[in-house]
Amino acid sequence: MGSTAEVAVAARDVSFRYGDNVACDAVSFEVARGTVHAFLGPNGSGKSTLFKILSTAYPLQSGEVTIFGLDLARDVRLVRPTLGVVFQSPALDVKLSVRENLVHGGHLYGMSGATLEARIDETLHQAGLADRGKDRVADLSGGLRRRTELAKGLLPKPRLLLLDEPSTGLDPGARIDLWRFLRSLDQLTVLCTTHLMDEAEDADRVTILRDGRVVADGTPPDLVREIGGLVLELTCADPQALGPRVAERFGVTPQVVDRALRIERDGAHELVAPLMEFLGDEVGRVSLSHPSLEDVYIRKTGHRFWVGDPEN
Amino acid sequence: MPLGPTRLAIYSLWRREVVRFLRDRTRVMSSLGQPIIFWVLLGAALRNASVTVGDTDMSATTYGEFFFAGTLTMIILFTSIFATITVIEDRMQGFLQGVLVSPVPRSAIALGKIGGGATLALGQALVFMCLAPLAGVPLTLNSFVLAFAVLVMLSLALTGLGFSIAWLMDSTAGYHGIMMVLLLPMWLLSGSMFPVQGAHAILRVVMQLNPMTYALAALRQALYGVESTQVQGLPSPVLAWGVTAGFMLAMFALGAFVVRRRTVRDAT
Repeated sequence: MGSTAEVAVAARDVSFRYGDNVACDAVSFEVARGTVHAFLGPNGSGKSTLFKILSTAYPLQSGEVTIFGLDLARDVRLVRPTLGVVFQSPALDVKLSVRENLVHGGHLYGMSGATLEARIDETLHQAGLADRGKDRVADLSGGLRRRTELAKGLLPKPRLLLLDEPSTGLDPGARIDLWRFLRSLDQLTVLCTTHLMDEAEDADRVTILRDGRVVADGTPPDLVREIGGLVLELTCADPQALGPRVAERFGVTPQVVDRALRIERDGAHELVAPLMEFLGDEVGRVSLSHPSLEDVYIRKTGHRFWVGDPEN
Repeated sequence: MPLGPTRLAIYSLWRREVVRFLRDRTRVMSSLGQPIIFWVLLGAALRNASVTVGDTDMSATTYGEFFFAGTLTMIILFTSIFATITVIEDRMQGFLQGVLVSPVPRSAIALGKIGGGATLALGQALVFMCLAPLAGVPLTLNSFVLAFAVLVMLSLALTGLGFSIAWLMDSTAGYHGIMMVLLLPMWLLSGSMFPVQGAHAILRVVMQLNPMTYALAALRQALYGVESTQVQGLPSPVLAWGVTAGFMLAMFALGAFVVRRRTVRDAT
């Protein structure tokens, strides 16, 4: 990426341990200003730890991070006012109203008086909560609470908005609304974590994590283009045995993923009929698709997104 | 004049404590009702018990009167405990994480929480003070002001202590445990229910090491005056006020110290 002026976040060799467990292992990435950058990974991939480091909730154990040119370890007091943070778990006081939560949030960022009131009105309007100001948070639905969280995060006009799993608890319609809203905010850099492929596909750039390491980084089209062609998947009882036979007969290099053989190549669709003839009953199901980020993940890790990654 | 960012944050955190308390009707009723019930019942049950302080004849003092100052400190203790237990709830419910990543200095978080809890404790103690004439405690403007000053120091000290303990705890159940083995005995062994002088020698040593003993002594001296027979045998006013003020400052410092460090618990 380009000069410091274009970079919102730059991280180099960030590692984090919980005792003996390594949650992040030499993670490096850059986030361009004004873009939406997604960290994609299954549970336990280290994305939430990374989020907590960037949000300043966790101290930086090793590595370097700069946010708008400020050193995260040294200048944390200067970094904090530039951030809007929306955690995965709710950070609202359910006993207070929506407006009271925002007033409190504004006070923490040094805002008060008429300026704060006007900014709250503006943010509530932006978030579609204009008529909800007096409602107690305890009485709101999950989707409205999420929007309130977002309004609280945006209230101090952050330069970088950090969102941890922003779609948690949202139905598909609300998710689309959320992203349309985030896209409408000019000059804002958004960094989010997600375990949803389609959410990551909508980002400008994606960093894919597994077991605390970066396995891929790029724009979604570039990452998908690396695979090229189509993805053919054969579900079968014994893919280990079938692999060499298919490789020899068709001159391809199949990858064994769980109980399936995967073949990535141009014109993979032409192999469907010959493969079915060749393998007969040994194949349970055949699927053919354009590559997605999930295929990028599988290619880089040899694992499916969900399989083998314990819940954390 | 607008407040600076740090004072604004302290004010906001303080205000939140008060608003949340006033909105919780059950909490308001129980925290006021419980000490009154305790005082009335114990006062009635022990009305024939004589209070002896050294060689002084205190037969004119009813137990209800003796226990009045103890009840005031009990109100302060319990309110401080229940106000600071919200630190654990704030952490568990996620509210705290948003505060911790904001530009607010950590000491402001401690000050806002301790100030809020102390205000609640003090407010309730003042309501109970209205019952002084019923207890036979002679309340004048002078004694009220002095007692109020002692209660301010004790509220801040106990809220600071409660805050520091709560900050380090992961569960409210654990905090209740600490309350039973540390905070409640601190109150019992402060001269609140029985005079220090009449206690067993070992207990007397413990009571003399207990900072709450001095707060209670300062409170009795404030209510009755230093010449009164009611305060005979208590630590001198200078010692009582000095230890109470030191206790407050030490607990404030402890609160500011425990919030200082960022750990992984801050975002859980």
